Amino acid sequence: MSGIQVKGEVLNVKPVGEYFSMTVVAPGIAERSKPGQFVAVAVGGESGGMLLRRAFSIYSVRETGVYGGTVEFIFSVAGHGTAWLAAQRPYDPIDIVGPLGRPFALPREPANCVLVGGGYGAAPLFTLADSLRTRGCRIDAVLGASTGDRLFGALDAKRMAASVAFTTDDGSYGEKGRVSDVLPEVIERVRADVVYACGPMAMLEAVQRVASESYDGAGIPTQLSVEESMACGIGVCMTCVLPIIGNDGQTRMARSCVDGPVFGGDRIRWDALGTVPDDAVGAHQ
Amino acid sequence: MVDVTVTIRRRVEKPRHVNVDMTTKLGNLTAPDPVFTASGCAAAGQELAAYNDLTAIGGVVTKSIQLNPRAGRATPRMAETPSGMLNSIGLQGPGIEIFINRDLAWLADHNVNAVVSIAGGTVDEYAKLAGKLRGKPVSMIEVNISCPNVEDRGQVFACDKSAAASVVQAVKRAAPASVPIFAKLSPDVTDIVSIAKACMDAGATGLSLINTTLGMVIDTHTMRPLLAGITGGLSGPAIRPLALRCVWQVHQAMPEVPLFGIGGIRTGLDALEFILAGATAVQVGTVIFHDPGAPQRISRELSEALAERGMDAVEQAIGLAHRPPDVIVPELPDPPGDVLEDELYEDAVDEADVFAEDEWLEDQDV
Ligand SMILES: Cc1cc2nc3c(=O)[nH]c(=O)nc-3n(C[C@H](O)[C@H](O)[C@H](O)COP(=O)(O)OP(=O)(O)OC[C@H]3O[C@@H](n4cnc5c(N)ncnc54)[C@H](O)[C@@H]3O)c2cc1C
Ligand SMILES: Cc1cc2nc3c(=O)[nH]c(=O)nc-3n(C[C@H](O)[C@H](O)[C@H](O)COP(=O)(O)O)c2cc1C
Ligand code: FES
Repeated sequence: MSGIQVKGEVLNVKPVGEYFSMTVVAPGIAERSKPGQFVAVAVGGESGGMLLRRAFSIYSVRETGVYGGTVEFIFSVAGHGTAWLAAQRPYDPIDIVGPLGRPFALPREPANCVLVGGGYGAAPLFTLADSLRTRGCRIDAVLGASTGDRLFGALDAKRMAASVAFTTDDGSYGEKGRVSDVLPEVIERVRADVVYACGPMAMLEAVQRVASESYDGAGIPTQLSVEESMACGIGVCMTCVLPIIGNDGQTRMARSCVDGPVFGGDRIRWDALGTVPDDAVGAHQ
Repeated sequence: MVDVTVTIRRRVEKPRHVNVDMTTKLGNLTAPDPVFTASGCAAAGQELAAYNDLTAIGGVVTKSIQLNPRAGRATPRMAETPSGMLNSIGLQGPGIEIFINRDLAWLADHNVNAVVSIAGGTVDEYAKLAGKLRGKPVSMIEVNISCPNVEDRGQVFACDKSAAASVVQAVKRAAPASVPIFAKLSPDVTDIVSIAKACMDAGATGLSLINTTLGMVIDTHTMRPLLAGITGGLSGPAIRPLALRCVWQVHQAMPEVPLFGIGGIRTGLDALEFILAGATAVQVGTVIFHDPGAPQRISRELSEALAERGMDAVEQAIGLAHRPPDVIVPELPDPPGDVLEDELYEDAVDEADVFAEDEWLEDQDV
């Protein structure tokens, strides 16, 4: 199902650690959204020079309320577009398209799920946790970031999960190290059936390696949300591609905005990220 | 002291439903609307259907298709630039067979005008592609000649008169007889008019102006080109004046040739600029990434802009900016809130013989 375009209104923007949270009144998006989907937000105003929408994972939605449906996302100021967003104020108009992309696949039967978030990559894991819980799943979480300020959702995580492990690169919060350092122990301890993760590509690759080597190499499935540079977010421009192995075993350059952003970790050609592998359909023509 | 009475003249509420005939003729295709989507910016239409009624616009120009499936270039494939973007997709696509069976079939099922953009590396490939479209539900063929000619050291067809002409000629011969053929030109040439003429002499029905212009961005962190393909095509409002100039020059040289104006169109007024410069229709590309509902919005804004100027058909605006200085056409009524002295206003009315005053203006006492 495709998204809708809403001329919404900022409800609030507030700092959260090193990040910002923005809540937008955007009726229609909340009702349709599933965990793992994202919104694409126009930045810079109607006649501004920034043409491309910015993609953000949906952190939370509220279907009804005094203001109508709202959508909240968490962002870090990375460049001009996100700086503009951070400077918006309540009642400012904001043009938002969503929900977009393929959501996380959910287990049919109750399962033990480990949720791994890197930095603001934790944002989509909370609605996911809600859905998993209503299916009777056990949830454990691992959150990591470069520094303690950049960990997102520590309190939420403690509330939603049976256990939470934190890691930071500098040791300023939780264990010093990477999420992939503690993940093997968590998987074995909770007898995990599946790993869900969202964060930087290098983190996802490490998570995939750990998951596939778990249980003496038997491995468990993963659902990973990737972040590729996007121009349209709706599947028409072909800029957001990465090499993905299809059901027929063939590698194709798939669009992360409509075929993803969530992929099974075993479908991603980790050896060939950022390239078009020689064996991809239509390579080197 | 002279006593001056000033009257504020305000435009009355704009009519909600403007009745402008938006049909436009591109060879023997009569399109219901002059706004089309540009190749590579709308895939094959499906994804945009959620945001636009595609039967209400002129049609969808599909992503340039080649004979075989093609994976395209490595990433990063895009960079945002001031009022524009660079792309280096490398014509990723499924190949003509899947395209016909899946994408073209979808467009036909949904009654959307399909303008099929074709791209090849040799003259023969273009001809084969055109041949495959025989008997298929195709409203028009657009020939993307901004491709390297593999038989001529990668020289781009669109940059060479005779190469451009041989592609057009071969497509014309192989294509279904009644389907209009538009050649899409590159602005990266010294004399666009001579390339345009060569394509028309070779049998094109009309021309699409323009494709992207080559640009690049260097990443100051890595201190290397940002795009994996090093250079990329620049599009968006950044290229609008350049595109408009091309349309102007080609229309001036060949006023009878149907033209698509393409490049940086973001609003109905932008589209109107192209039409006034001589475009018969327009295509909108990069703006779709900003606003997926742009094709229909621009069409609506264009019809409103035409109505505001007292025109009841888009055809009346084509090439109007080229009119000689002594030809006077209705001009836009003054913007709301403008303060005018009565006499000045009367003069303007007499001279231009504009629309009935009460239709547009309402006296306001102060
Ligand atoms: C599916 C998805 C979900 C995302 N979720 C979040 C989130 O929850 N929180 C958050 O802070 N960020 C998220 N991002 C990254 C976010 O989109 C970028 O940080 C943002 O676009 C940067 O915009 P800018 O104008 O500040 O930076 P600039 O560098 O000025 O952006 C220039 C251009 O590059 C694109 N771009 C730059 N960096 C990225 C990137 N990392 N990913 C995609 N496009 C990029 C922008 O869209 C823009 O078109 C997500 C990206 C994707 C693809
Ligand atoms: C991402 C992208 C992909 C494009 N792909 C094609 C293509 O396959 N064939 C083609 O003829 N033009 C292609 N174009 C060029 C557009 O059709 C159009 O000519 C150009 O972008 C200028 O219009 P705009 O400023 O409205 O985008 C592409 C443009 C973009 C931005
Ligand atoms: S971002 Fe345009 S196709 Fe994915």
